[in-house]
Amino acid sequence: MTARAGDGAQSRAAGTGVRATAARLALMALPLAFFGLFFAYPVAAIVGRGFDTDAGWEPGRIGEVLGRPDIAGVLWFTTWQALASTALTLVIALPGAYVFARFDFPGKQLLRAVVTVPFVLPTVVVGSAFLALVGRGGLLDELWGVRLDTSVWAILLAHVFFNYAVVVRTVGGLWAQLDPRQEEAARVLGASRFGAWRRVTLPALGPAVAAAALMVFLFTFSSFGVVQILGGPAYATLEVEVYRQTAQLLDLPTAAVLTMVQFAAVGLILAVHAATVRRRETALRLVDPALTARRVHGAGQRALLGGVLLTVAVLIVLPLGVLVERSFDTPAGYGAAYYRALQDEGAGGGTFLVPPLEAIGNSLEYALAATGIALVVGGLAAAALTRRAGPLVRGFDALLMLPLGVSAVTVGFGFLITLDEPPLDLRTSWILVPLAQALVGVPFVVRTMLPVLRAVDGRLREAAAVLGASPLRAWREVDLPLVRRALLVAAGFAFAVSLGEFGATVFIARPDRPTLPVAVARLLGRAGELNYGQAMALSTILMGVCAVSLLVLERLRPERSSGEF
Amino acid sequence: MALLELDGVSVRFGERTVLDAVDLTVAEHETVCVLGPSGSGKSTLLRVIAGLQPAAGRVRLGGADQGGVPVHRRGVGLMFQDHQLFPQRDVGGNVAFGLRMHGVGRAEREARVAELLELVGLPGAGRRAVSSLSGGEQQRVALARALAPRPRLLMLDEPLGQLDRGLRERLVVELRGLFSALGTTVLAVTHDQGEAFALADRVVVMREGRIAQAGTPLEVWRRPASEFVARFLGFENVVAGRVASGTAETVWGAVPVPAGTAEGECRLFVRPGGVRVVPVGAGVACEVVSRTFRGTHVSLGLRVLAGGPVLEAECELAGAPEVGASVGVGFDPADVVLLP
Repeated sequence: MTARAGDGAQSRAAGTGVRATAARLALMALPLAFFGLFFAYPVAAIVGRGFDTDAGWEPGRIGEVLGRPDIAGVLWFTTWQALASTALTLVIALPGAYVFARFDFPGKQLLRAVVTVPFVLPTVVVGSAFLALVGRGGLLDELWGVRLDTSVWAILLAHVFFNYAVVVRTVGGLWAQLDPRQEEAARVLGASRFGAWRRVTLPALGPAVAAAALMVFLFTFSSFGVVQILGGPAYATLEVEVYRQTAQLLDLPTAAVLTMVQFAAVGLILAVHAATVRRRETALRLVDPALTARRVHGAGQRALLGGVLLTVAVLIVLPLGVLVERSFDTPAGYGAAYYRALQDEGAGGGTFLVPPLEAIGNSLEYALAATGIALVVGGLAAAALTRRAGPLVRGFDALLMLPLGVSAVTVGFGFLITLDEPPLDLRTSWILVPLAQALVGVPFVVRTMLPVLRAVDGRLREAAAVLGASPLRAWREVDLPLVRRALLVAAGFAFAVSLGEFGATVFIARPDRPTLPVAVARLLGRAGELNYGQAMALSTILMGVCAVSLLVLERLRPERSSGEF
Repeated sequence: MALLELDGVSVRFGERTVLDAVDLTVAEHETVCVLGPSGSGKSTLLRVIAGLQPAAGRVRLGGADQGGVPVHRRGVGLMFQDHQLFPQRDVGGNVAFGLRMHGVGRAEREARVAELLELVGLPGAGRRAVSSLSGGEQQRVALARALAPRPRLLMLDEPLGQLDRGLRERLVVELRGLFSALGTTVLAVTHDQGEAFALADRVVVMREGRIAQAGTPLEVWRRPASEFVARFLGFENVVAGRVASGTAETVWGAVPVPAGTAEGECRLFVRPGGVRVVPVGAGVACEVVSRTFRGTHVSLGLRVLAGGPVLEAECELAGAPEVGASVGVGFDPADVVLLP
């Protein structure tokens, strides 16, 4: 009797396990369908088309293409510029991470927001800003006759500009939460100041530094907009080459091989990243960052703070300032002529069917829709991933990051050739652009939501259940209020990256409905002072929209978050 | 009438058996304390009853089998060890939570919250943030929150565990008064025997997922059912012996045993209060090896010269011997207990 009752209860216990798995699968269904249909399918179609020639399948093309000297050159450049950008970013940003983590100084919050602005800026704007600084007729050109836009330095500096915040936030966020008493304990036991740092702090920071370096490497390895604008004909990354082969040379087979190579490289980077993140999750003694920051004292600390402030001023504030300055610097003196010209239908010498100013409305509309999609898809995925589980779920986690690194150009072109027939004929539908933009928004939503959702103490849910709340009600009453801020932050990030998405949008945005980055790129692609000025003006507007959404985020961001972005 | 009946409840975490065929009954209006060292499965027992932990066996509440009844429909209250107050709600919001879940109207809810805060000694604290509360205040809010929906069974997990001693002793008295006034059925778990004995009508001692002994505090205190229970209650003077004609021969010499004790091999223990220090020459010869001041008395560690485990003795503050002194020891038959 007892045994039978026991068996029944055991199977009931097993039943709840099955139900939990079923619930998780149900939550994952929509994200999986979304990625399958709007990511895997278009990318696979492009790659397939590249290999499936008249002569049948030709996988042998891979070796053939990679053996070409021009392609080998692109591969070599892509890799070494990414390595150089990563190293340079670490060298320049690590002192910044330390200063933000351990020093307390007036205006720290504002400065933190300022260094994050570049990260949410569209690559096109970053390109324009550096063009205005170091390009032909740029600030340095005017002052000293120095031009860097034909050298690789412009690209490297723009990459540092772009990724400074990744290092400061990822490494500094953890650094601020490391208990200084750990180092003090080492000092008391006889370690020197440097010895204590090397043996206690550095090992704790190591995985965070590695994770940040990998993220920077990932972003710079797949860099598109920056290289497209600053690289000129001399320099091309894989992504730029994919675009050139696809859009200009119409050489799909070569583009397909390059996409595969990039896919493999990005997959590898993400796998290493996942491994370091897992190591980073090993228990560290974390404390409230407010307790670890000290007032600056002594000449050495003042010099360090001064150096970091100077770096930020030269590297981040200056390019943005020059961009704004150029947008007002008309041949007839300072004025808003370029901005007024944006309302002009004939602007851009017939490049546009509509006044460029309309791009603002288009961009906002698309970005809002993309944010909505990203929140739903990313929110469901994050909810499904909240409970740590086996390799299947971890694989799903990595899958969500893939769109960040996979050629956006491929995705955009894939959209055009796959979503063009019933039942899914979206070619003329406006939803096509938000769908592509949401692909890059989802990883940010998941990355922002997941740590917060995981940090919700499961026993709070249990407390609610014991008090009579059903599982759904418990989620609404306990989880939702705790993650509301994170949800808003996620929405802001998704909005900013959707706004700046360029690689895919440039393919699929209809000519009469350009987005801001597409309009900027088109204006930059044309000769003439007016086009250049208008590009600067539009970039300034785009920067303004991004900066405002970021400042709102900074207000919302919970004090104790150590998120990655 | 039995409100809670557990019948062969077992929980396994992988290879480890956390609860092993536990049978337990709690009558209506009764306060039962489950007592045991950490890791003995006490908290898991509460989680099984609340429905938070799947288990083999049967859980009945008011006669109805709870298998398949989800947590939120069981109508039990659980006060968590670390309270688990909802950080985003104020005190009133926490206390009102269970009432809202049960669809109680606003006016009635507010009245009940005020009543409960009054009851736990925090009148008018409804608008305070939970982060501004001290440990003892959080305790009271957690209790009010658990009591608010009038659960048929209130379960407390280490209810006073994190509080300092003075507050704990005061709260035990308050809780006992509160539960008898409300007529609540209570099942509490604790590792603190003082807390259990002060709070409970009945004490259940657990060891490694099994019930080692159940009974009134007095029964358990007077007659521990096993050496484990005796040692857990702090009785370390355990020794083996052979009973013959009213005394037991042990390594500590002859120890008097209660009348009617069966002859033959046995194990017994002597409460420290029953170990009498007498002048050298009278009784068993010992050397004082430790001397600990306990406030109302002095606790002595005595090495018996003839061998055997160190004896613990209690003696008056005045005239307590110094460490190193040689003393004699006698045993009080009233404080000698035979172990089964």
